[in-house]
Amino acid sequence: MTEPADWSEPEPSGAAPAAAAVTPADAADAARLVAFGLQPKLLPARDQEYADLLRRYREDPPFARLADAVAAGLGLVVLEVSPRAGMAVTAAEDSVFAVRMGDYARRAAADSGDRFLHGLAHLAVAAMAFPRPEDLADDGYIGRVTVNGVDSFVRQACHRLEERAAEQGENTDPVSDAPGLEAAWRIWARRSAAGATKDARRLPGSTTGIVGKAVAFLTDSGFLQRTGDEHGGTYRTTARYQLQVRDLAGSAALAELLELGVVPVTDGTPTLLPPEDTDDLDLVADAGLPFHSA
Amino acid sequence: MTSPAPTDSVPPQLSAGPRPATGPAADEGLARRLRALACTAPLHDLDARKANLAGEYSVYGMAEIALAAIDLVTLNMDFDTGADHDQIVARLVPRVAAQAPRRPAAEHERVARWVLENLINVGSVDRGFRAVYGTFDPDGTYVRRDYDFKLLEEVPGPGGTVYLRTTDEAVNVLVGALDTDVTSAQIAAEVKLEVLISRGRLADAQLAAEQARYRTVQYSETLRKALDATRRNVRAVDWLHAVPDMIAEALDHVADRYRHENAILTNIRKARDESEDPEHKRRAAELVDIVKDCIRRHTQLQSRLLEAGPLFRAEQDRQAFATPLAASGIDLYGHLLAPVLPLPLEGALRVTDAFFAHGTGLRTPVSVRVGDLVDILLTPPVEREHLGAEMPEPDLIATPDDSRFSEEQLAAAMELLDLPHDAPRRLSGLLAEARATGDPDLAYLVALLAVHAASPPVGTAYRQGERKLLFAVDDGTELDDPEFGGADLIVGTALLDAAGMAADRTEAA
Repeated sequence: MTEPADWSEPEPSGAAPAAAAVTPADAADAARLVAFGLQPKLLPARDQEYADLLRRYREDPPFARLADAVAAGLGLVVLEVSPRAGMAVTAAEDSVFAVRMGDYARRAAADSGDRFLHGLAHLAVAAMAFPRPEDLADDGYIGRVTVNGVDSFVRQACHRLEERAAEQGENTDPVSDAPGLEAAWRIWARRSAAGATKDARRLPGSTTGIVGKAVAFLTDSGFLQRTGDEHGGTYRTTARYQLQVRDLAGSAALAELLELGVVPVTDGTPTLLPPEDTDDLDLVADAGLPFHSA
Repeated sequence: MTSPAPTDSVPPQLSAGPRPATGPAADEGLARRLRALACTAPLHDLDARKANLAGEYSVYGMAEIALAAIDLVTLNMDFDTGADHDQIVARLVPRVAAQAPRRPAAEHERVARWVLENLINVGSVDRGFRAVYGTFDPDGTYVRRDYDFKLLEEVPGPGGTVYLRTTDEAVNVLVGALDTDVTSAQIAAEVKLEVLISRGRLADAQLAAEQARYRTVQYSETLRKALDATRRNVRAVDWLHAVPDMIAEALDHVADRYRHENAILTNIRKARDESEDPEHKRRAAELVDIVKDCIRRHTQLQSRLLEAGPLFRAEQDRQAFATPLAASGIDLYGHLLAPVLPLPLEGALRVTDAFFAHGTGLRTPVSVRVGDLVDILLTPPVEREHLGAEMPEPDLIATPDDSRFSEEQLAAAMELLDLPHDAPRRLSGLLAEARATGDPDLAYLVALLAVHAASPPVGTAYRQGERKLLFAVDDGTELDDPEFGGADLIVGTALLDAAGMAADRTEAA
């Protein structure tokens, strides 16, 4: 198996004419830094060469531009370059490095309900890891999540929606043969939380199984670190995860939501100062909006 | 069909025919009943499908086993966890066996497992059931709707285990018509119980007591959910009014029930002890157990309620009073998760797909060179070391035996002190006898044991059900001895009423 760094070998010939001062050795160094970035679990503090290249990136602007160009050429987005996060790169859309849902979970490709559950699991893990906007903004914040915690957190939210629907006397039972119109929360609520299996592993189709898969995957991405086995597995977040969620995933999902015509009420103003009484008003989806600082 | 539906809009009038439903309200009631009816379907289905099983299973009443299983799970549901699969099967087997005593035990267990798995509906992805029913929309169009429900659900327990819980639907199927206020229903049951007992109708009393217990379980379940939500995020729960009210209400409820049930307990105990009829006696004894279990559950509920306040304050400290940072950025819950959940699946999917595509990071694609591939394929698999690395031999140091007395000495002393219960002896005599054995340490040990017996461990002996106990009493006589001073104790053995104590213990438990 080749190192991904090998792929960037053609880079020097392409980059060299652009700036006369850049030597092939510089290009190779820049590519190596990107290659380090492609190993998300590698910590700069543990690798002298990585740390040296990071320092060079921060102190030598032409080198930094070169490294950014290498990353861009490979289809990568540079989120941050710092001693704490390392060379934090992530896959651009349609890049060879991007994760596709079909590769992630086979059932998800065929069944839109499963695809939603897997996507929601990732969203819920992030929401639980960074429960308040401040937590997401604070570079020093380390979030903690547990598998069972994420599941019950979502279940709780679903339960509130169910209660509210019942209060309003709505019949939330979905119309038969129109799966796309079913309210999303029902899909999570009706899936069982756990299931007994013959080999005492988590039932992959259960919601804890789905959340478990998400956190295991995020751990492989260098986004979470496993800290224990309690509550179905406990994890803490890394700087990279915070960057990824804050700078990329959150805004992408929010853009999609706005396109659907759903405008979260507090959005639109640049500062997220909570309107005084929102919690008591009947603001559609935000009646249970929990995390505004007072 | 008498009251005109206020929601009737103009166009449907063209169809001229009478509307089958008399309005949304009536239809809603119908829908509720249809849903209730649907909950019983899985039970009927069991008996319908038993013919399809390989083997002759028609002798078994599957619906009966299923109801018994739901009973068992409900009763074994604790505050934190649920009921264990194997435990339920084990308790179910005697009933299955009673239905067909001549069949092999393996078949009984198979039937029990089959029923349990079908109540969970292991075969479906959701592990639940779905019923389809039709209703009329407010505008008069007929729509079919899916009703999803579960009877037994599996929940993750501590340590990765899976537990069973009965759902509200199942409790409703089981106890019937529970669509009422939990508290008032319970009060009604209590009153009924008291009346029944005062009239000596114990068979009915037991039924009422069991119903009371189901409601108790249901009540604690509601509370558990609310407290869980509090732990997760303080502001999602209304701590100004709703939760304090609920906690106060629940505490009142516990206090009230506790008083009530203790009164009932006293009454039934009296009924049990005074009743001549052995059948009455047995029923009353069962009733005592049920009420005791109710009291235990109340106590559990109460301790959980008392923890709620401190938990809220700690969470508030953590979540609300930290130094405010520049609050900018996305509120993942409020801006994304909460608005996504009520959306129809089609729309929600676009949001979660976007989050997934941008939130999972990167994967370096695996690319294999042909040269490497040949090598990889030809490399023999590495032998796994199943046992791991060899453990180094631990370097053990023998600790010197520093006990004052040897085991033999203790045995000899105990033999000396093994006195008949009707003949206590003076310590001086015992000492002389110990010295006569020629072991100078033995007298010392006897003296120590005698002094120890001056304060006999009555509580321990009681708990362990000992038959006799060594004791020592000082009657004022001085001990005249070259080695020891103090009182010349009277050492004797007291016989204990082991059977009486055992009865007392079970009573107290």
